[in-house]
Amino acid sequence: MGNFEPKIVAFCCNWCSYAGADLAGTSRIQYSPNIRVIRVMCSGRVNPLFVIKALSIGADGVLVLGCHPGDCHYIEGNYKTMRRIPLLQKMLKQLGIEEERVRLEWVSASEGAKFAEVTNGFTESVRKLGPNSLGHSKQSSKEAKHG
Amino acid sequence: MHMENEKRIGVYICHCGLNIAGTVDVEEVAKYAATLPHVVIARDYRYICSDPGQELIKNDIKELKLNRVVVASCSPRMHEHTFRKACLAAGLNPYLYEHVNIREHCSWVHADKKQATEKAKDLIRAAVQRVYYHEPLEVKEIPVNPNTLVVGGGIAGIEAALKIANSGRKVYLVEKEPSIGGHMIQLDTTFPTLDCSECIMTPKMSEVGHHSNIELLAYSEVEEVSGSVGNFKVKVKKKARYVDESKCIGCGICEQKCPWKVPSEFEVGLGQRKAIYIPFAQAIPNIATVDKDHCVYIQSGGKKCGACIKACEAGAVNFDQTDQVVELEVGAIILATGYDLFDASWIPQYGYGKYDNVITALEFERMTCAAGPTLGKIQLKDGKTPQSVAIIHCVGSRDKNYCEYCSRICCMYALKHAHHLRDKINAAVYQMYIDMRCTGDSYEEFYNRVSEEGVVFIKGKVAEVTDRAKTEEEEGKLIVIAENTLLGKVMRIPVDMVILCPAMVARSDAAEIARKFSITQKATGFFLERHAKLEPQVSAMDGVFLAGCCQFPKDIPDSVSHGRAAAAAALELIDRGSVAAEAAIACVDEALCHGCGICEEICEFQAPKVIVKDGRMVSMVNEALCKGCGACAVACPSGAMSIKHFTRDEISTMIKELAAEKND
Repeated sequence: MGNFEPKIVAFCCNWCSYAGADLAGTSRIQYSPNIRVIRVMCSGRVNPLFVIKALSIGADGVLVLGCHPGDCHYIEGNYKTMRRIPLLQKMLKQLGIEEERVRLEWVSASEGAKFAEVTNGFTESVRKLGPNSLGHSKQSSKEAKHG
Repeated sequence: MHMENEKRIGVYICHCGLNIAGTVDVEEVAKYAATLPHVVIARDYRYICSDPGQELIKNDIKELKLNRVVVASCSPRMHEHTFRKACLAAGLNPYLYEHVNIREHCSWVHADKKQATEKAKDLIRAAVQRVYYHEPLEVKEIPVNPNTLVVGGGIAGIEAALKIANSGRKVYLVEKEPSIGGHMIQLDTTFPTLDCSECIMTPKMSEVGHHSNIELLAYSEVEEVSGSVGNFKVKVKKKARYVDESKCIGCGICEQKCPWKVPSEFEVGLGQRKAIYIPFAQAIPNIATVDKDHCVYIQSGGKKCGACIKACEAGAVNFDQTDQVVELEVGAIILATGYDLFDASWIPQYGYGKYDNVITALEFERMTCAAGPTLGKIQLKDGKTPQSVAIIHCVGSRDKNYCEYCSRICCMYALKHAHHLRDKINAAVYQMYIDMRCTGDSYEEFYNRVSEEGVVFIKGKVAEVTDRAKTEEEEGKLIVIAENTLLGKVMRIPVDMVILCPAMVARSDAAEIARKFSITQKATGFFLERHAKLEPQVSAMDGVFLAGCCQFPKDIPDSVSHGRAAAAAALELIDRGSVAAEAAIACVDEALCHGCGICEEICEFQAPKVIVKDGRMVSMVNEALCKGCGACAVACPSGAMSIKHFTRDEISTMIKELAAEKND
């Protein structure tokens, strides 16, 4: 697995984390190219099933990034995420999937450097975990609707 | 030629000069995009945001009968709006557009061309799949309330309020202190012209006080903000002054009779005020305020004192007064909440708070002011006139331990203070600076003028201010120790007085204000603008604008310009009269909904409501209230709730494209 390049999907809320990623860009802060960002309006839109879907079809890790607690554009969307993701991690563990494959972080619009740091750190930790066995099995690529 | 429902997608890849094309092989990406399902045309172009670039898209929409458009360029926060407008101009619903960020999220953050190109392809493939599911959405216009709320009555807030009020629109100006005026009214003179700050500020304050379109809510604070652009509801707490505003004539007799003295905030502790007070002579509104923490009548529960009640002939003093909450409805909000000064005692080696004659520049400002506590006399604590003064620049500014940024005004007011010291008392003046930054109109000329007045400039950061004398000459003096970096020599300069120039920092309650108004702070604590260069007066929250130093340190001319810019932005919104409502909002599939009401519970905005329809319970979304966050769609157990434009199909298909093994 020397050449293993993890596939990372990141859900970023529009107001803080996506803007933070933009700031990393404007500041030309380099980070690992393994990440693919999906923009949602709020981290509260991230259905845990989206995360499961990503893992089940080939993602080696999923990042969920939202506004810092108290800073949510929609008042408390990130608090919902804060409760959902740890539950999801518990469940993943029971299913035999490393909970470290999912990480929830708060990145504000002014934290371009943090966005890069989180991305690099997460990519490295997933690299250490190795490929996600669930996502790389053949039969998992067809899936049902969820959302 | 093609079927009615056929999806015909156009994909446009922007070079952005070399910003994208330098790292992403745009031609290869365009070739790849052309192979994706339903893509009719894929082009790369130097600058798609340019007029010819937009024309290209418009023409293709018409000639190739495109019904979906994808542009891969910069951040959607920059140009999504531009291309949605271009689609609309060509007759395509703007929600049939999808934006891909291959600049901020790709070419600018990755150096490897191959990897960046692969990433760009992935992102575009996902967008092409997603745009397939886009549905046209109806954009509803909602009327804008024509009133504006301005928070903060310093020079920036005052300018903004006056400009809007003069255009004929109503303004509510909320100020937390008993009077408007902010920091500017505390200044003695202003650089580089040396004109009197009060003289130019008080006419503006007075205009605010008398303006028929301005309702001034002084000694008040915003408690709560709800609603959104065009229609905000704001709760303002009018703190009890214990003085009837309609009766008080500002004569000040209560103040004379009040026996209780308190350090004056306006005089930065150099002078005193009473427990009932008017903060300064030109206060607007010119109304007395009782400081309840220091009023003996209040503290004793009405058993002691009461001197002001007896003294007031107008019968204005009223200790039964309580805090009042006023509800305002406004279309636009301007935040002009200003700045705090860095607490110089945080750098203990400079001796502020330890040595009597180490003072801040604002304290010195009050000292030189003819109306100040010393009536303009520059003096040491013991009343003597200083023979020598050191002015230390960058106290907290340009210092990685405190504030990395430059506070921008200190070099200039330090020069102003040096001028007054030379001019009024002929003291020896030492400017201890890192770099002289005099970048405004006539600022460099002022620097030259002061240089010629016999001021000594020592380039170097001060290490310490001490009273430990090493020589006879240093005895009884404050010794400023600094390395003169031009001479490469450590110097000990004995002086009588040290003036510190503290950094301008974000207000201590900036985080709380940011939360109330749903805006964001920068790493420095100042409020984040939407675009640092092009929209410095606009916050990330629609309808909330920024003015003055709450965004970043500014001098007076810049604060004035910024205040007026914020006013123009607010007026632009108000005079347009209506604003597009969020179209990407929740909707219910009534066939799937069984009316459990979980959506009702989870929504922060009371948008979904379970009703009885055709004999069964179903959820209904109030479109005016829904903000489109998507919390309900996640919580809905039956999958009936969805968010337009962010549907499960749209997100799932992106996940599939970005997570799935390639060559599947």
